[in-house]
Amino acid sequence: MTASHGEHLTNLTLSVWRQKGPDAAGAFESYRIDSISDEASFLEMLDVLNEKLIDEGRDAVTFEHDCREGICGSCSLMIDGQAHGPQRGTATCQLHMRKFKSGANIVIEPWRATSFPIIKDLMVDRSAFDRIIESGGYITSQTGGAPDANLVPVPKPVADAAMDSAACIGCGACVAACPNGAANLFTAAKVAHLNLLPQGQAERYARAESMVETMDEYFGSCTNHGECEAACPKEISIDVIALMNKDYRKAKFANRKEIARS
Amino acid sequence: MAQTTNTTRGPVTGTAHRAKKRKPFLLDLYSTAVGKKYVMAITGVLLIGFVITHMIGNLKMYLGKEDFNHYAEFLRELLVPILPRTVFLWILRGGLLGAVVLHVHAAYGLTLLNRGARSVKYQSPRDYQVATFASRTMRWTGIIVFLFVFWHLADLTWGTVNALGTTAADGVFVRGDAYGNVVRSFERPPVALLYIVANIALGTHLFHGVWSLFQSIGWSSPRFNKWRRWLATAIATIVVVGNVSFPIAVLAGIVGQ
Ligand code: HEM
Ligand code: SF4
Ligand code: FES
Repeated sequence: MTASHGEHLTNLTLSVWRQKGPDAAGAFESYRIDSISDEASFLEMLDVLNEKLIDEGRDAVTFEHDCREGICGSCSLMIDGQAHGPQRGTATCQLHMRKFKSGANIVIEPWRATSFPIIKDLMVDRSAFDRIIESGGYITSQTGGAPDANLVPVPKPVADAAMDSAACIGCGACVAACPNGAANLFTAAKVAHLNLLPQGQAERYARAESMVETMDEYFGSCTNHGECEAACPKEISIDVIALMNKDYRKAKFANRKEIARS
Repeated sequence: MAQTTNTTRGPVTGTAHRAKKRKPFLLDLYSTAVGKKYVMAITGVLLIGFVITHMIGNLKMYLGKEDFNHYAEFLRELLVPILPRTVFLWILRGGLLGAVVLHVHAAYGLTLLNRGARSVKYQSPRDYQVATFASRTMRWTGIIVFLFVFWHLADLTWGTVNALGTTAADGVFVRGDAYGNVVRSFERPPVALLYIVANIALGTHLFHGVWSLFQSIGWSSPRFNKWRRWLATAIATIVVVGNVSFPIAVLAGIVGQ
């Protein structure tokens, strides 16, 4: 084992939102981290804090995490007023302490949105996103044997654009960062992913209509600030929102019998 | 803090295309946030068209009293052999009123929706990355413009406040003498300042609005996206510079009785 190459940060103060349950009142509590390697990820830093709290017989800070490699979308922290913290295009689990300075006071809050109720401390319930996916974020596939690869031609630029949208990990940072609590970036990423691909055409307009209207039941309205794009760990462009708006309009205006789509 | 997600929705069924009872077509569209944004964008475009035409027409002020009053008369005679005098002007006014009502109604509805979407605010300061002053003040600049329009009508259309604060020697509001009325109004520095402030608010509103409306109507393409910011800046600048020049010209004595 090679020794740690990193420097150490010292004298960190954390202001962490503590809340016992969905209906409890919450408040910030201060904790000190005397020393931490700058190679530690942000979540590892919280692990260190929690070990200390457990040793002291205190309640550990609840935060959500799973893959710790930026692909699952579980980690969700508002760090110093920015969703997923100060580094662009990074989920909280991929943020490292080298982004901070010794002596810093780091404020950690949960996502705030009416449809993301707090479960405990920093963990919120994002199942409103599942409601949006259920209402159209799928394709109906044929039964039978697996089709040959490359049976359906997909132009390269289209495949790339669909892939860019499919990169969404459903973390909810877009909602958290949006001053309006709107979920347009998430919903549009999911709509665009399938609506761009040939496989998604059969349900294209039904999908746009249904997902937009489900989104409406839970979230705010987009005023095109662009904060979602800046916060998104997958750097999904707000161009997908324009695409969703366009398909929603077409869903409303087009004669669906003529376009032979559901 | 107590909020739980709506649990009344059923389980995943795999046939989630909900057979929802729908309102008549346009109301159905207007009932969603995305639909309301279409309405805001389209009414916004109509209002921008008005604002720009209004500003260009007013430039006639620099050609003198005759020209300006002749222009005011021309508006009343639009389409005259086809329609009686002032009828078309009233149609335009009706359209504008309708656009303002829809624009403000949609803005109001969406603002309420947004408030509800974050019932508990962030308890620590946010560090915004890209939201602009203009985008964050749309509601305030909108309200300023809205209130200003009432003053503006009372001042130069109905004339009720046109001579407010002036001495008798300055005369009174004269119907048909648009030029004289404008000069009389702007000779009062507080009123001139009000026009300047309101137009800066309007320009700020348009700086975000013109960029934003492309997004709202789903009009986005790598071919022209980079021009959207440019267009918004140009329209906002033209409107502000043009409109602000009038009170300044009167105060500076360039335009006078
Ligand atoms: C001359 C008058 C006005 C013009 C030309 C104008 C124009 C616009 C435009 C082009 C937009 C962008 C629409 C979009 O993003 O799709 C907009 C948005 C907006 N306007 Fe106006 N507007 C005017 C007056 C008002 C008034 C009187 C109010 C409110 C009292 C208002 C409130 C708003 C708000 C809140 C938005 C943002 C809406 C949203 O993004 O959800 N506007 N306006
Ligand atoms: S669009 Fe980006 S910020 Fe929003 S849920 Fe998907 S990955 Fe997260
Ligand atoms: S823990 Fe999976 S994305 Fe961060």
